Amino acid sequence: MKPFLKYFSHVLIHLRKDLRLEWRSRDAINGMLFFALLVVVVFGLAFDPTGFPTTTRQISGGILWVAILFASITALNQSWNREQRNQVLEAQRMAPSPASALFLGKAIANMLFVLLIEAVLAPIFVIFFNLHPLGDTRLFALILPLGTWALVVNGTFFTALGLRARNRELLLPLLLLPISLPALLAMVQSTTGVLTGELDALQIHSWISQLAGYDIIFTTVCLLLFETVLNAE
Amino acid sequence: MEQRTPSLRSVAFLWFGIAIAVLVMGFRQAIFLTPPEDTMGDLYRIFYYHLPHAVLGLIFPYINLVASLAFLYLRHRNPLKALSADALAVAAAEVTVLYVGICLATGMLWGKPAWGIWWAWDARLTSELILWLLYVSYLVLRRFSPSGQAGTLGAVLSVFSAIDVPIVYMSITWWRTQHPAPVFGPNGGGIDRQFWAPVLWNMAGWLLWGILIMIFRYALERRRQLAEQEAALQAIEASLEIPQ
Repeated sequence: MKPFLKYFSHVLIHLRKDLRLEWRSRDAINGMLFFALLVVVVFGLAFDPTGFPTTTRQISGGILWVAILFASITALNQSWNREQRNQVLEAQRMAPSPASALFLGKAIANMLFVLLIEAVLAPIFVIFFNLHPLGDTRLFALILPLGTWALVVNGTFFTALGLRARNRELLLPLLLLPISLPALLAMVQSTTGVLTGELDALQIHSWISQLAGYDIIFTTVCLLLFETVLNAE
Repeated sequence: MEQRTPSLRSVAFLWFGIAIAVLVMGFRQAIFLTPPEDTMGDLYRIFYYHLPHAVLGLIFPYINLVASLAFLYLRHRNPLKALSADALAVAAAEVTVLYVGICLATGMLWGKPAWGIWWAWDARLTSELILWLLYVSYLVLRRFSPSGQAGTLGAVLSVFSAIDVPIVYMSITWWRTQHPAPVFGPNGGGIDRQFWAPVLWNMAGWLLWGILIMIFRYALERRRQLAEQEAALQAIEASLEIPQ
């Protein structure tokens, strides 16, 4: 029990540090928020959502997740930059705390930022797209966090992977998108299922449990391999 | 140090000759000797090229994974051996991209006349495409990474891809399926006896060819690594010779 508590306190320290950094600069959240808003506006202009309510219900699950995906990529690209200033990352590598605690703290912080964006974006989305969900909307309380974690945990990992690479801003989507495709499929299918009310509950639950399985598997892999990536020389 | 010894060179030439001979036999079987198929006629002949590339394109990723795991294991224990594992991983990844790419291309050429469309977002096609994308992103990562870290970072991504592929396969099979059932395996459709010869000849031929180009790429990568080591060594020596 004691080593577990110690690990947890390391994670908490990293999380608090990341939240404080974000609170002082507000770079990631402001950028993400405006970017996601712009994506929604661009799609709204491209599809005329108010004229075709049925089509809108069918496609808006996909549009919502694409907006969140692109917005989180813009924020994730900067999330490790803070550690590079003044060689903080080198200091982190020498610190006695486990490397995966650093990763987990940052991933949870990124998760909170993206969830905040979603909380702001969802009402705007409903208004702009004139959306009347036909299914059980309470399921979004499950789908949104699970889907966001799938994007954020791999995204935080791959940003660290490309940290010392040339054009790393380009590299992140090139690595993250192919790996995330099964999760993206599950998120979009379950969201569309809830919005249209056409998918039966059993199928939606199966998509959600697939998403949860994806989260568990990739969180484990990220935690196991993060030290290798941090010390890749 | 791998040197190009005469015996190694003659083995390579012999292998090349056998691969070409088997591929010629396979071509003769596939195009001239085998009768046309009942429903699709001559169109079916593209199958003899599509299937070997599809099957072999699923084998080379395993070589990449095993080599990557070996690299991660040997990285600190035996760095010189780890470098050869890394070279094998690159070679296998490039052959994977090539074979899966050919599988996708022949599939599209076949799909247009058989289904009326070039591409269907069906389970097998989509998962094959994602396999191709994963290995392209592996090669991109290696290209963009600083040369000292490319091996480690690539090996980590290779582990991710290996875990992703079964998940992709399951989730998409669940989504939709249009492609015919697999030929081999418990639920396989099986092949009529008269079509076995061209399938086996082509399978053997493309296997020999794939191994040949993989080993060539491996040797090339080894040489690049050795040249890099040599250059690093010379730089160190030159820095020591600065007069006081």
